[in-house]
Amino acid sequence: MSDHEYTPKSKFGKWFNDRLPLLSLASHLTDYPTPKNLNYWWTFGGILTFCLITQIVTGLTLAMHYIAHADMAFESVEHIMRDVNYGWLIRYIHANGASMFFLAVYIHIFRSLFYGSYKSPREIIWILGIIIYLLMMAAAFMGYVLPWGQMSFWGATVITNLFSAIPLVGEGIVNWLWGGYSVDNPTLTRFFTLHYLIPFLILGLVVLHIWALHVPGNNNPVGIDIKKPSKDTVPFHPYIVIKDGFALLMFMIVFAFFVFYTPNILGHADNYIEANPLVTPAHIVPEWYLLPFYAILRSVPDKLLGVIAMLSAILILAALPWLDTSKIRSAVFRPLYKQFYWILVADVLILGYVGAMPAEGLYLLIARVATGYYFIHFLVVLPILGFKEKTMPLPLSITEPVLGGSPMASAVKKKESLN
Amino acid sequence: MNNIFKIIYLIIFIITGTIQVNSAEKIDYLKTDWSFKGLFGKFDRASLQRGYQVYKEVCASCHSMKYVSFRNLSEPGGPEFTEEQVKAIAASYEVNDGPNSEGEMFLRPAKLSDKFVMPYENVKAAQAANGGAYPPDMSVLAKARSGGVDYIYSLLLGYEDAPSDVKLDDGVYYNKFMYGNKIKMAEPITDDLIEYGDGTPATKEQMAKDVTTFLMWAAEPHLESRHKMGFKAILYLIILTVLVYFSMKKIWSRIESEV
Repeated sequence: MSDHEYTPKSKFGKWFNDRLPLLSLASHLTDYPTPKNLNYWWTFGGILTFCLITQIVTGLTLAMHYIAHADMAFESVEHIMRDVNYGWLIRYIHANGASMFFLAVYIHIFRSLFYGSYKSPREIIWILGIIIYLLMMAAAFMGYVLPWGQMSFWGATVITNLFSAIPLVGEGIVNWLWGGYSVDNPTLTRFFTLHYLIPFLILGLVVLHIWALHVPGNNNPVGIDIKKPSKDTVPFHPYIVIKDGFALLMFMIVFAFFVFYTPNILGHADNYIEANPLVTPAHIVPEWYLLPFYAILRSVPDKLLGVIAMLSAILILAALPWLDTSKIRSAVFRPLYKQFYWILVADVLILGYVGAMPAEGLYLLIARVATGYYFIHFLVVLPILGFKEKTMPLPLSITEPVLGGSPMASAVKKKESLN
Repeated sequence: MNNIFKIIYLIIFIITGTIQVNSAEKIDYLKTDWSFKGLFGKFDRASLQRGYQVYKEVCASCHSMKYVSFRNLSEPGGPEFTEEQVKAIAASYEVNDGPNSEGEMFLRPAKLSDKFVMPYENVKAAQAANGGAYPPDMSVLAKARSGGVDYIYSLLLGYEDAPSDVKLDDGVYYNKFMYGNKIKMAEPITDDLIEYGDGTPATKEQMAKDVTTFLMWAAEPHLESRHKMGFKAILYLIILTVLVYFSMKKIWSRIESEV
């Protein structure tokens, strides 16, 4: 178990481990005591690690063939699709991989919201996660610009123009971001550089995220503190490894279906038209995973306030451990929070839907109501709920609900000898 | 397992939702059977060859296809002309090459490695010759329009006399599938416009279908190998998933059996 001092068996292993405790680290990772009642919603951490590595590996390969130049980027992507061996496969994995990454991260975030994983003592894990999510959005946005299609160009124009809402220095900042007076070659080359850099920043933060996780250990569906190692835990290897592996394979089947059979369905057709600064597409829409925030941005009539609302919608999440005043973690024991949780899920889905629609008439009205509710959930409902809500009694240990309350001491003893 | 089904439902829900949002502007396109759709979809070789003929004899006088090379025409998964046929096709075009050792540019017959020769020198020349409208490059056209092949097929067959309340300028035509219904391309295909080499009757519908199939191939030349590999990959993943599932049950039984 991780609390035990690990000593390698071989002499060389001991010599090496005294100087660089890699073997101790490996031993910690395999023995890491994990609550045994984790359900499949907990497998998305591993899935996200897989997504990140897939994006980095395919991205490196694409970068060997891609040319970051306004006159050649579109052509070089077609070169990858047609002439590079399995270039189409690598590009489709990378492009759909971004969507899969966001699908997984949204499930991961909403799992955390449901089971209260952001609460003490896991606030740092949560905040690191929010920073990773922000960097993911930046990386995805810049990545979408690189093929230099119509949506790339106009998406970049719209998003970078948001900074012009900042009073006094806005125009200057936008020109500085562009490296000129419009989105052009300097913008493309710097976006490429940053798109290459950010995944490695994310990788570093993921290491911190996992490190911070390994201090208090995993939360669990019951949400109570557990003793570790104990009858409530299993060692990470092989129990969690095989379970995560199974879930990952299921995820990969969905992933593969997109890559091989509908590789362009999550993208926009206009991005197969080369960027043309003189022709504006009929509708400029961001990728699906940014739509809820796009809806929030457009629901505010004032540009500056819209940008502030959009940013606050993300940053408010970082304050969540303190906004949620309830001491109970898991929504399983919070009947009222559970209902508000599902309303929030519906609210975000509605925001995503209206984000894809033109900002007018009924859609705009719905977007405004949904935006308002989004903030009310975090700023009003959660703080009050902690004081008002009558929660259900918590079990003493996670084996109790599993065992139906009967102690079964002998079984527990046997299990411990196994561990 | 209960949870895993919930997760799968959620994923399906999000995906179908996204797809519906993406295709929000539903238009009833003309329907035809595409051989390349579906899990085992393949191109109809004869249709691709006819489609190339339509492209070459009709479309190519205005529309470029600058990312496709002559050699692609003989590659597996495409029209699969013989190499001799493609060499002959290429040789019928001239490309500008050079400079030679005297520093002069010169014209030479195209080779297999050359890209399709463009009908105009540049976009401006194309616009000047077409009343200000640029005939879009056709290399990825089938992926560059929402509705894809169904849209292109419908557009080719969607020319009609304008309703009485629609005023058309000179050189503008009415098409019920065009965005805004006004198009600067005259009706490109009519019955028996060309004579197919293989004797297939050259009806409007036949030509539209053939050339659209050809455009799909041009946009996605590796479609067939993608479908083949996808089937193998997913089958492999399913088998592996089942094996891992039983391994997982076995490993977890060490704990659960005692509980």
